[in-house]
Amino acid sequence: VSHYRLFPKALGRLVAALGVRELHLALTQGFWRTRTWGQPPLQAPAGAELWVWFQPTVTDVDKAWKELSNILSGIFCASLNFIDSTNTVIPTASFKPLGLGNGTDHHLLRYAVLPREVVCTENLTPWKKLLPCGSKAGLAVLLRAERLFHSSYHSQAVHIRPICRDASCLSVSWELRQTLTVVFDSFASGQGKKDWSLFRMFSRTLTDACPLASQSKVYIDISPKNKEKELLEVTPPPVSLYEAVVQGEKRTYAVYDLLSPSLFNTSRSLNVQLKWTRPQDTSELPTPVLHAHRYVSGYGLQTGEISTLVYNTHPYRAFPVILLETVPWYLRLYVHTLTIITKGKENKPSYIHYQPAQDRRRPHLLEMLIQLPANSITKITIQFERALLKWTEYPPDPNHGFYVGSSVLSALVPSIIAMKEVDMEQSPLFTSLFPSSDGSSYFVRLYTEPLLVNLPTPDFSMPYNVICLTCTVVAVCYGSFYNLLTRTFHVEEPSRGRLAKHLANIIRKLRGVPPL
Amino acid sequence: VVEGLALLDLGVSPYSGAVFHEVRLPSGSCSIPLLCPQSLCLCLAFLQITDVLTAVALYLAIQDFNKVVFKKQKLLIELDKYAPDVAELIQTPMEMHYIPLKVALFYLLNPYTVMSCVAKSTCAINNTVIAFFILATIKGSAFLSAVFLALATYQSLYPLTLFAPALLYLLQRQFIPVKLKSKSFWLYTLQYAALYLCNLVVIICLSFFLLNSWDFIPSVYGFILSVPDLTPNIGLFWYFFAEMFEHFSLFFVCVFQINVFFYTIPLAIKLKEHPVFFMFVQIAIISIFKSYPTVGDVALYMAFLPLWSHLCRFLRNIFIPSCMLIVCSILFPVLWYLWIYAGSANSNFYYAITLAFNIGQIQLISDYFYAFLRREYYLSHGLRLTRQDGTEAMLVLK
Repeated sequence: VSHYRLFPKALGRLVAALGVRELHLALTQGFWRTRTWGQPPLQAPAGAELWVWFQPTVTDVDKAWKELSNILSGIFCASLNFIDSTNTVIPTASFKPLGLGNGTDHHLLRYAVLPREVVCTENLTPWKKLLPCGSKAGLAVLLRAERLFHSSYHSQAVHIRPICRDASCLSVSWELRQTLTVVFDSFASGQGKKDWSLFRMFSRTLTDACPLASQSKVYIDISPKNKEKELLEVTPPPVSLYEAVVQGEKRTYAVYDLLSPSLFNTSRSLNVQLKWTRPQDTSELPTPVLHAHRYVSGYGLQTGEISTLVYNTHPYRAFPVILLETVPWYLRLYVHTLTIITKGKENKPSYIHYQPAQDRRRPHLLEMLIQLPANSITKITIQFERALLKWTEYPPDPNHGFYVGSSVLSALVPSIIAMKEVDMEQSPLFTSLFPSSDGSSYFVRLYTEPLLVNLPTPDFSMPYNVICLTCTVVAVCYGSFYNLLTRTFHVEEPSRGRLAKHLANIIRKLRGVPPL
Repeated sequence: VVEGLALLDLGVSPYSGAVFHEVRLPSGSCSIPLLCPQSLCLCLAFLQITDVLTAVALYLAIQDFNKVVFKKQKLLIELDKYAPDVAELIQTPMEMHYIPLKVALFYLLNPYTVMSCVAKSTCAINNTVIAFFILATIKGSAFLSAVFLALATYQSLYPLTLFAPALLYLLQRQFIPVKLKSKSFWLYTLQYAALYLCNLVVIICLSFFLLNSWDFIPSVYGFILSVPDLTPNIGLFWYFFAEMFEHFSLFFVCVFQINVFFYTIPLAIKLKEHPVFFMFVQIAIISIFKSYPTVGDVALYMAFLPLWSHLCRFLRNIFIPSCMLIVCSILFPVLWYLWIYAGSANSNFYYAITLAFNIGQIQLISDYFYAFLRREYYLSHGLRLTRQDGTEAMLVLK
């Protein structure tokens, strides 16, 4: 029995028909700058990312995957139909199911990333349509496309997973989470001040809550830095404060409950404003414990090297991280050149899963479990060779280059502050966004930069010329050999100047002299 | 090969990827010097030893062949098969004395051989196997010849065409005339074919047992035949298939592969009395038209050129092909650098040099073929050719 009162019918029917257990789709424009913006709440790689766990009952996972990507491409107006076997991989360790269920046969998992995918307002509209109230009521009225895309980073995601319906976990229901992560550059638009308000960011204010919602809250992070309380001021003053340990830090949130009747008493609309009382000269966000950076080096169009730098800034704890790299087949990786160096010494990974690519069929998959010592930088390098593709396989702008999707780093980062279990009923947002299985570490999934790599190109204007010239060379050989094989030597009279003799004979006839 | 060994260390089949296309047996034997990446010298020493072995094999083969040629010449002189005034065309032991040394030196000192060794190409191993095959054939041992031919075919598919010249040579040695109706001809042919096929089957099964899968067959032979990898090389295939319309690619792959094998039968018919020259022309055709040629292949057939030094007076245009080959060899790295690293040239530049290099090679081989046929004509018809009225005549191919 399925109730589509809140859950969108399109996704519900899709999940049921194709035997999907978990679905995670993210469309991102831009790259999260960890060093300037801090740890992201939920990061996604640039472009489109889709990873799906199928039910064990699905017999042909590849066929279901192809159908799923095509249908999602239609639902979200994104060109997810470009997902095929050349960019799909089967990771073994990086992506574990986030919902219920046991049995993790990784052959039921598929992961694909399209780094070249562009996100625009056309993708936001179907995303908004999936919400129960759409963009007509509730928090979603703030989501105006022209303001949202005027940002440094825009990421929209859809996550479907099975969860327990209540604490006793007797029945399972589907949970759909839609997340939208946007980074506004208010410094540039706010005349140099870091004050913001909902109206200035979204050009709308909140008027009421969605009537179908059982909870509708706005959380503003007002965590004090450097233990000074009077740094910022929020208007209207919050009704309650919420404290939680999120990603290893103690944070305080101001809570605005849109369903409480006291909120809209004074004014019809809610415009939250935040003012900094003292101008912030150096607002350094604390460096996250785990962050990474990837780049391609080398010169020329023949070889290159992909380097990944992984930073562990925890002062005394070491922890392992799983690195997943998906490299397209036309960059031929040489796994014997893989080196991992930490603090000047070689660091052997405890688990390597490498699946080499097959031309035009499968990309490279490299998964490694690397132990990161405390307070260290680990450098992982691997060399590759660039292939020459057939002229039809180049995109319309071949000299722009080819994108290599972001690599994924998954780790259980040890937290400095102990976290306590949060009840799911009280704050469903925090349990789903920042789950913690035990109090000492939290799960982090990071993505590195996508890479842009140039490949040698043939001359696209020359197909006929090349065919003709190569066939000419073959014909030259064939002609020479044909002559030598089928003809024999003969003594031949040299006919020297037959034409001249003929002309001479004509002249002689005119003169009346006997011919030659 | 290092990549294949590294993949084996990781527990992945080296043929599951698209990087490793060598066959298992030689790579297993190479594993000892290559497993230490610091031991560059060991690897180079190994390849140098294979080159020296090739040169020694060629030296011994040509020494034996010279004896055979001399014996045959003497027989034909006694049988009065030669025209009376061809004394200057007959090869004397004096001039043939240094030919084996020249052949060995031509191979060892050839810049192409040196380049191939420096690049640590497995072509050197291929050349060694073919050289041993030639030695075994000329010595007359059918079994060893079949073994080495099977090894050579197992490594890269094209030496299969060398079956015909080897068979013709062995038939000649056994004094069995090549007549289609003769029973002894067919008997010997079947014997040799059976030896060859059995050896091939044994080697392939051995490879299967070493790695417990048939993965290597599509990876090695499928790769050679279907040309999926378009990395630029000195051959004609890569740019042709890079610019091919998808619709026709299968057709042209088949045409190009047939082109290598297709000269064997006509050459066998024309050159059935001269199987070693046939072998030379066949090796040259393989190295020009194979799907992934290297300069090591060119070095192998060029090593035979001193053997035909008595044809030099009949070569029509040797200057142009040799100039083309030299100039193209110099321009290859220059234009490669300009295309890939400097970015100021196009792939067309490198492709043009490829075309010129291959035309130079083709002209060289057909010139030697022409000279060979012409010498044969002079040997049987005499050097001073006269027409019916007694004036001096010209020779024309008609």
